[in-house]
Amino acid sequence: MMSSLKTAWAWIDDRTGVMAMLGPPMKHHVPRNAKWWYVFGSCTLLFFTIQIVTGICLALVYAPSGDSAYNSLLYLDYVVPGGWMLRAIHAWSSNAMVFMMLVHMTQVFLHGAFKFPREMTWIFGVALMLTTLALAFTGQVMRWDSDAYWGVGIGASMMGRIPYIGGWLTHLILGGPIIGGDTLSRFFTLHVFVLPGAMIGLIGGHLMLVLRHGISEEPKKGGPGEFVDKETYRPAYKERMKKHGVPFFPDAAQRDMVFCGIMLIVLVVVAAWYGPIGPSPRPDPANILVNPRPDFPFLWIFAILALLTPTIEDYLIIVAAPVVLMVLFLVPFLAGTGSRLASSRPIASLSVILLITGLLVLSWLGVTSPWSPHMQAWTSDAVPPVFVKGRTPIELQGAIVLQHSQCRNCHSLDGLGGKRGPELGDVATRLSRDQIIRQVQQGDGNMPAFGKNLSSAETDALAAFLHSCHPVGVRPADRPGARLKQLKQLDKARSAN
Amino acid sequence: MTDSEHANSEETSTSSRRGFMFKIGAGLVGIGGLLIAAPVLGYIFAPAFTNWEKRRAWIDLGEIKQFPVGETVLAVYKNPIFGPTVGEANEIPCWVRRTSDSTFQIFYINCAHLGCPVHWFAESKLFMCPCHGGVYYEDGSRASGPPPRGLYEYDWQVVRSKLYVYGGEIPNLQIPGKTPKDDITPLTVDGVGYLDGKAVKST
Repeated sequence: MMSSLKTAWAWIDDRTGVMAMLGPPMKHHVPRNAKWWYVFGSCTLLFFTIQIVTGICLALVYAPSGDSAYNSLLYLDYVVPGGWMLRAIHAWSSNAMVFMMLVHMTQVFLHGAFKFPREMTWIFGVALMLTTLALAFTGQVMRWDSDAYWGVGIGASMMGRIPYIGGWLTHLILGGPIIGGDTLSRFFTLHVFVLPGAMIGLIGGHLMLVLRHGISEEPKKGGPGEFVDKETYRPAYKERMKKHGVPFFPDAAQRDMVFCGIMLIVLVVVAAWYGPIGPSPRPDPANILVNPRPDFPFLWIFAILALLTPTIEDYLIIVAAPVVLMVLFLVPFLAGTGSRLASSRPIASLSVILLITGLLVLSWLGVTSPWSPHMQAWTSDAVPPVFVKGRTPIELQGAIVLQHSQCRNCHSLDGLGGKRGPELGDVATRLSRDQIIRQVQQGDGNMPAFGKNLSSAETDALAAFLHSCHPVGVRPADRPGARLKQLKQLDKARSAN
Repeated sequence: MTDSEHANSEETSTSSRRGFMFKIGAGLVGIGGLLIAAPVLGYIFAPAFTNWEKRRAWIDLGEIKQFPVGETVLAVYKNPIFGPTVGEANEIPCWVRRTSDSTFQIFYINCAHLGCPVHWFAESKLFMCPCHGGVYYEDGSRASGPPPRGLYEYDWQVVRSKLYVYGGEIPNLQIPGKTPKDDITPLTVDGVGYLDGKAVKST
């Protein structure tokens, strides 16, 4: 049996030349010390392969049509056997692919692997990053739910910030003057034909370049390839590979296989446990009780757009984004030679720390979005009893005004309510009664003015209530910040107890 | 002429013939390519160059008595520009504010910041946006948050006690919702054209 299989394989190999073609790339020499740091690129590729396979499967059922896409998702989730699992794997593998790509990129950057002669490999990598993010964004639109509808709207609004060609671009992207079925069709074409095609081409180029220039050694102090010099690097690298290199298959590939295997198992467990992502409510714009949020790769952008002042926002969208991209492309030309050790490259290391911290913090802010009003807080979060007990009638009246005027949508009482404005549970220690009235009537510091919307009796009652909001044992302020010292002492006494 | 000279001249004539053929080939492929590219690019970019203004239309929002004076209510209309697969996406909501017996303000639902749907809160008389926290006063002017301007407004007119809205576009900073007066197509009711609620000559 074995021998006949061997004969058959020998025949296939002889007639197709498959081993002659695949042998050299599989056996090409890689550095002996290229170990666990080098598995992330392969893993990103693995997730892309899973996207292709599950994407094709989903396309068997998914209807890329504005009037039936949403129903086809429900059909996939609840009727088609295993449909929910395929959707779950596709969604989580998409997240995993973005994540793994960022890890791979960080490793390449920290190890200085983008330096001479691997500049083009990096440039292909940045193009792959953009394509991956474009796939993630268009993929979110495929769900054609309320998040997708308003997400596309946000994209169109950002296009509208660009002078002169903004309107033109909006219509081009939407496939018309407004979001409709043609919009979904456009994004579907991008997500399923254009972007995967570009992705496959770019991956081919990226891998060809990896083979052409070889994998760089892990930089070690005093180790080989620590310094990159244009004159000597190439012949020295060739020499080292000849002497000390190990074949990619199986020596390096086995680590890729172990890591990819573990990641595959994790992916399936996560997909099975958490299930598919979305869909959120139907893509019916008339249902405005929605809370549009982007998928995880874009939460940080969502956060940035909330936190910028209107005056610099346009510049950020139109100028800063292209400049940052340009810098990313130019990295290998800005620091193409010299030490590859992260410890000898303070600017590079610091940029990575800043970028990762920034992305994590912004993404977390995107999840919690403290800037968003809690639309239902005024009807759902009752005034806590501690703020009602022992209050005078006018103060109680003020509590009703507070609740009824949607103050709670932006302000919290005892932590309950919106986080856009400051907590009101201790507002009396910060503002005097007159200041409270001024703030309510005239607004300021990102608060709307309520002067026209509240009668003077209502404002009076509200100020009376707010001025009663202070911790027990601290008298309310009669001038700004007057009770801060007292408050600090109280805190001290409390912590001493 | 020696043999070798003869061979040389023959080679030159072949290579010049080959060069000529190459030029013809490149030219033909170029022309053919352009002929293919024109309709393909035209097809892809058509939405950007279509004059959508011409296809906007007046939409009936119903009798004005549905809209109490001094109140702001949500109205939903069917968008006039749509393809065969639009589904529920052409049910467009808008906020109608009746400021007096005969005057209205109709706001686009889209926040002027990045287009999320704004909610009206009648008690505090504010529009709030759930995305980035933009807030507007009842007249649509900007109150606080990241929006660079007030809410976008529709063109409207009242004809024979019915309210009409000029719909068909999603607004943004480059497409601010309102149409220059000269470009608005009059509303035709019983063969009479109307603009600003007054009968005009039908064009």
